[in-house]
Amino acid sequence: MSPLDSAFAALSDPTRRALLARLAQGEATVQDLARPFAISQPAISHHLKVLEEAGLIETRVAGTARPRRLRPEAVEAIWGWMSEFRREMEARYARLDAVLDEMMQEERRDDTA
Amino acid sequence: MTRLELKTEGEAGVIVTRRFAAPPAQVYRAHVEPALLQRWCTGPDGWTMPVCISEPHPGGRIRFEWSDGTAGFFLTGEYLEIDPGRRIVHVERMHLPDPTPDNRVTTTFTPDGTGTLLRLVMQLPNAEARAAMLATGMDEGMEASYARLEAQLEDAA
Repeated sequence: MSPLDSAFAALSDPTRRALLARLAQGEATVQDLARPFAISQPAISHHLKVLEEAGLIETRVAGTARPRRLRPEAVEAIWGWMSEFRREMEARYARLDAVLDEMMQEERRDDTA
Repeated sequence: MTRLELKTEGEAGVIVTRRFAAPPAQVYRAHVEPALLQRWCTGPDGWTMPVCISEPHPGGRIRFEWSDGTAGFFLTGEYLEIDPGRRIVHVERMHLPDPTPDNRVTTTFTPDGTGTLLRLVMQLPNAEARAAMLATGMDEGMEASYARLEAQLEDAA
């Protein structure tokens, strides 16, 4: 599988997407990540392993703790065409096009009045 | 000609560019006049901006409040530098309700034929704050993307 294929495969699971959304707010340990889910820590660890093998997250060594965090390159590769952030900006600027069009029509009316 | 371009820069920057058919004076006005902002900066589908404070001078306040009739969220900020028709520098943060890290935004309006090239340079305090901003709504965004992908695959089948 190409890196992109394995990223898509990793993202096909809703629990893994929820884990990524949580990690987007900052690094977290397996215990932190498992808390909101009704599944066991080993199951969470398995999902994290899939995400790490897909290159989407990485493990930091901090003493005895092993917090997981997003790999910024991976996030950037994905958000470029998927993120709500981008779609919201596109929608907003499409509305601005319409407002600017109306502003220019009003100006033309004022000029000819 | 109007396609949005989005790219990251360095550790914590984001650059957005977009062309508009109107000249810089109009695009600038639409970015600072409350009555105009309320017509396009309305948020997700079904939301409006009932409160819009914009005081375009150095130190001037920014406050946008969005509502869908029941729920709401808001943004606050301050203008730092203003060069009317050409350039705006401001800082902003979302309140969800906890404030997000400050986003320093430099907006430039450059003549482009009879239209305008708009360029936003956003500077977040660190890589983590940028990832959080870009990942906003990521989960729902992905669901929507998968739904679209499935529809396309069904059409192709």
